Amino acid sequence: MIDFKSTFKIAINSLKVNKMRSALTSLGIIIGVAAVIVMLAIGSGANKQVQENMESMGSNLLTIRSATAKTGGVSMGIGSKPTLSLKDAAAIQKQARGIEAVAPVVNSTSQLMYGNQNWQTTVYGVTNSYLYIKNYEIELGHSFSINDNLNAAKVALIGSTVETELFGDVNPIGKTIRVGNVPFKVIGTLKTKGQQGPMDQDDLILIPVTTAQRKLFGTDFPGSVNQIVAKAKSLEDSNIAQSDIEEILRTRHNLGKTQEDDFKIRNSAEFQERMKSTVQTFAILLASIASVSLVVGGIGIMNIMLVSVTERTKEIGIRMAIGARAHDIRIQFLIEALVLSLIGGIIGIIAGIIIALLVGVIFNTKILITIPPILLSFCFSGLVGIGFGYYPAHKASLLNPIDALRYE
Amino acid sequence: MPLIEVRNAVKTYQMGDETFYALHGVSFSIEKGEFVAIMGASGSGKSTCMNMLGALDKPTSGEYYLDGVDVFSLNSDELSDIRNNKIGFVFQGFNLISRTSAIDNVALPMIYKGIAEEERYKRAKEALKIVGLDSKENNMPSQMSGGQQQRVAIARAIVNDAPLILADEPTGNLDTKTSIDVMEFFVNLNEKLNKTIVLVTHEPDIAEYTKRIIKFKDGKIVSDLLKEDWLKQKTRET
Repeated sequence: MIDFKSTFKIAINSLKVNKMRSALTSLGIIIGVAAVIVMLAIGSGANKQVQENMESMGSNLLTIRSATAKTGGVSMGIGSKPTLSLKDAAAIQKQARGIEAVAPVVNSTSQLMYGNQNWQTTVYGVTNSYLYIKNYEIELGHSFSINDNLNAAKVALIGSTVETELFGDVNPIGKTIRVGNVPFKVIGTLKTKGQQGPMDQDDLILIPVTTAQRKLFGTDFPGSVNQIVAKAKSLEDSNIAQSDIEEILRTRHNLGKTQEDDFKIRNSAEFQERMKSTVQTFAILLASIASVSLVVGGIGIMNIMLVSVTERTKEIGIRMAIGARAHDIRIQFLIEALVLSLIGGIIGIIAGIIIALLVGVIFNTKILITIPPILLSFCFSGLVGIGFGYYPAHKASLLNPIDALRYE
Repeated sequence: MPLIEVRNAVKTYQMGDETFYALHGVSFSIEKGEFVAIMGASGSGKSTCMNMLGALDKPTSGEYYLDGVDVFSLNSDELSDIRNNKIGFVFQGFNLISRTSAIDNVALPMIYKGIAEEERYKRAKEALKIVGLDSKENNMPSQMSGGQQQRVAIARAIVNDAPLILADEPTGNLDTKTSIDVMEFFVNLNEKLNKTIVLVTHEPDIAEYTKRIIKFKDGKIVSDLLKEDWLKQKTRET
């Protein structure tokens, strides 16, 4: 039996004899592996981007609104009749399973004024949980205190768009702005979140929900809120949370079995999952296109190995005459194919990473390079080498030594 | 027990409707330490006989014992091992592996025997010394003369300490002077190292270096004589 090290040396020597040919054969694999790595990096980059976008909107969100009110047969649109209250929010917080945070929301559009500047924006009456649920962070100053909500304090947190429009370069902390006609003290600013589709997530101000109810927006239904937002602990918990909320609200609103819900729940889980699977399909598509080139590279290896076997028929005959078993010949050619493909694999990985990084810089897209696809494409290139190298190697091993020796 | 014992070997090839007998019932035996020439014109069956003795080819029927082993009953892996352990080949075209140094060529049979690298090179060096080429161990075949290449091939044939050396027209590609060198070398191997050598040739001058001459014609042995008797017969014929 021949030892592995010697076979390996023989294989390397044979490949060195035809350096140019070996390099070109490996090139097929290099391109294939690099393509797979680049495509996977772009695919998982896109995946990551989508995830981040979703997180900035707030992930695992459940948004509860009052259901369509019908006034004399005229549908008024969602949320037009307030059926939700602060108590509903408290009950959900207490009773629903799988919920991490709940925030009641009272919102309306208002005109803001500071000095001689004015700006129209949406005012959200919320609690501190809202910041957590929607992923808002404080840039300067501080968030609401417990007393702010208990006392319906006239304090505000302002989004960065509002900050720019009203204050320009002036530090807004401690300044007083007017919301409608009511003066509010700015206690904090929010970090910029950026555009989400057509929506500017930074064009808003947040005030305590009680202040909004009692001091800013007069309402016919005291204690009512426009919506309640809740964050589930995880994507999986979203559905449990949704059915719990439905049950709680139906009980609290005394709805009979035949009555329709007087609220609507929008679950972001469904949307999140759909986005995720779309992006994943896209990534798989890219990777499969790339792996086609890897297979083409494998065919290149097979082609060259077949030529090599024919060229070296005499050598095979000599080896057989001096005692090489069929197995020894097969393993020798198989290792040659494997070395070609693995060298191609290693160079391809390096080239792929460099190209992926370049693509990220040039096209300004998110690129994510992770270890598993690198290992995967390396192993795949090895498999291609063995797969496409086997036939030529087997063909070599089947040669008749007498015919092979006579071959010129 | 003879080193080689062939009994009633037959080898046929089917050519269309006709059956061609390359070997037509051949029997002979060769003892250890003999130096035998197999002679005959092309198509006489001497090459077929050589392939059979070299465990490269199996005849259609008959028996062949090499060093007590029934060669015809072996599978192809076992035939490889027999060639590796019991037989050293020297070919007309030298058959060295190109772009591979002399010492690597000589060490090759030991790779397939599974001998460790260090030991391989040690023994390859010794074998090259025996053929007087220890200074050329790193030369490629293309950098050596025909005679030198054939000596490397001889070193390769003896390196595994095979009891039998099969030489197929070993001087066919060499000029007269080099032929004489190589043949004297074979005589040395036979006399000093007690190697059994079977040599195929069609040149009577070359056959004269051996001790026994087996002559083939049409797949049959027509004469099997010691050199002295063969020389006498030759003189009578001329």
